[in-house]
Amino acid sequence: MKEMITEIFQYRNLMYILAWRDIKIRYKQTVMGFLWAIFMPMLIVSAGILVNKAFSVVSGKPMELSKLTSVMIKSLPYSFFIASIRFATNSLVGNFNLVTKIYFPREVFPMAAILANLFDFFLASIALSIILAFTGLEIDYHILWVPLLVVLLIFFTLALGMILACANLFYRDVKYIVEVLVTFAIFFTPVFYDASMFGKWAPLLLINPVGAILENMNNVIILHQQPNVFWLIYVSAWSIGGFILSWYIFHKTEFLFAEKI
Amino acid sequence: MSEPALELRSVYKKFKKGEGFDSLRDLIPGFFKNSILNKKIDILHGKEFWALEDVSFLVERGEALGIIGPNGAGKSTILKLLSGIIKPTKGVIIVKGRLSALIEVGAGFHPDLTGRENIYLNAAILGMKKHEIEKKMDGIIDFSGISEFIETPVKRYSSGMYARLGFSIAVHVEPEILLVDEILSVGDYSFQGKCIIKMNEILKGGTTVIFISHNMESVLSLCNRAVLLSEGRIVITGDPAEVIAEYHKAGGSWSPKLSEEKKALIKDVSFEGVDSFSKPLDPGTHMKCKMKIECVNDCKLSPGFFLTHHGSFVFDTTYARMTGKVISLSAGDAVELVWEIDLNLPKGNYDLGLHLEDVDTGRYHEHSFRVENIFIGDDFRYESKYVLNPVIDLHPVRIPTKY
Repeated sequence: MKEMITEIFQYRNLMYILAWRDIKIRYKQTVMGFLWAIFMPMLIVSAGILVNKAFSVVSGKPMELSKLTSVMIKSLPYSFFIASIRFATNSLVGNFNLVTKIYFPREVFPMAAILANLFDFFLASIALSIILAFTGLEIDYHILWVPLLVVLLIFFTLALGMILACANLFYRDVKYIVEVLVTFAIFFTPVFYDASMFGKWAPLLLINPVGAILENMNNVIILHQQPNVFWLIYVSAWSIGGFILSWYIFHKTEFLFAEKI
Repeated sequence: MSEPALELRSVYKKFKKGEGFDSLRDLIPGFFKNSILNKKIDILHGKEFWALEDVSFLVERGEALGIIGPNGAGKSTILKLLSGIIKPTKGVIIVKGRLSALIEVGAGFHPDLTGRENIYLNAAILGMKKHEIEKKMDGIIDFSGISEFIETPVKRYSSGMYARLGFSIAVHVEPEILLVDEILSVGDYSFQGKCIIKMNEILKGGTTVIFISHNMESVLSLCNRAVLLSEGRIVITGDPAEVIAEYHKAGGSWSPKLSEEKKALIKDVSFEGVDSFSKPLDPGTHMKCKMKIECVNDCKLSPGFFLTHHGSFVFDTTYARMTGKVISLSAGDAVELVWEIDLNLPKGNYDLGLHLEDVDTGRYHEHSFRVENIFIGDDFRYESKYVLNPVIDLHPVRIPTKY
């Protein structure tokens, strides 16, 4: 384990450069340029408005602004997660040339893919902060929980991203399975709605660690509450445990990559 | 005092022909098959084959080792094993020092990035730190000779420019151990010259180099030791000149197709005009080479006579080409063939080869790259020219009938 960490640390420079490459390429010869970073969150928010409008029509209550801000805030980490998983899954196979020709710890590929998406997440967060400042969103000290929640989300994304990158290298249909799951994941994750709407069934939605993270984000930013301790621990277990396990499996199968790709 | 920089101890590597399991639904039958057969690693199963078998060698610090051999001999597999891209099936590999492998020039270039951006990317991939890259940036651009286009995306580069940029990055990495796979052959004549000079500089700097090439000249000039590989096994290790000679004797990368049935044999090769092949010969020496051909089974033959210099043909002729005829023999026949030649050759080492080609099948009943080694010495009288004045003569001979 210690060796794995020191090796990654030695190659951190390469990881930054690969992430920088991914970012550069994404914004080169493109129509939207840096707008791309907020494109997906914007679509999610639009869909969220539509869904919440439908809720209000059905229930007969007017749509609250806080619902809208909640969708906005949750859409960013969610789109970071989705985009990262997509990129990470393809990161090894997409870098075929490097995997078969040059040696360095292959972990840098999924890690760099996620780092590149983190950059988009960062840009979009700045944009969102400006928007929310105009809408007059009130925040309090509970917002200090946000960095921890983001870190947990990053670790969970890494865990899933690494194992999927590895799986996709051995079995090419993993990519398609991921595509299908990712398309429908939004229905199973409390982005458009709050888990609390489901009453006693709410925990079912929070079993999904991303759901639990988003719900806690809603708690600390919008509702000015402490995060739910039980779900926080649950998510931490997933993120840290998953990350260690996934890295271990990745590391153990790494020597087969160049031959089996 | 030298110490080993890297070592291979009876390394084996197994590969599999055909496709492996590629999708999830193939996994389950594959898994059961494996567990039923209870695979052992040192036995070949199904479509497996040994890419390397019992390969051992040791390279000392500062040494330059050349690896030569025909395509598919396992040369690149060795480099991949040394760089850690793949693991050996069996055996031990020890590498001491920062290693950099140039297995393919420009691997990892991204077409949409500019030349300069690709230098950052590629240099980092080859193991350079950011401040090192910045320090060497100008040197790399200078060496590549494409500074005008350095801000252009590499997808617009010609293949020559692409290779030049790739090579410039590669030679500026300065590792302790450098693995080079057939990359000196890029670029035009002047760039190749620059590459050789740079490689020599790297060697003088004390870097250990493992060098794979089909270019024997560069192996000779760069390496102080060489290994000949064939079908995954080491044939010979030693002085580059000897190893290269052995390689050519074995047929180089082109091996003649021998016929299954030897219908004719070359017997009693003798020479006139030359006292001894162990001494240098004067350029222009008139040499006669007599050979007897014995026929075992009816065949039509075109014998051949050729000279090679470090594996390239200097002179090559056959009976059919010179006379427009073939030699038809029936079982029990024998003929004597005399080749005459003026050795108007520049100073150097030449191998004299003979063969017997079957005109009907195009295969060889006999084929030898090195019947004799000829060394042409200095000549103070005149400059050597390739004018060999070949003459040919065929005499029937009587041999005692055995039946």
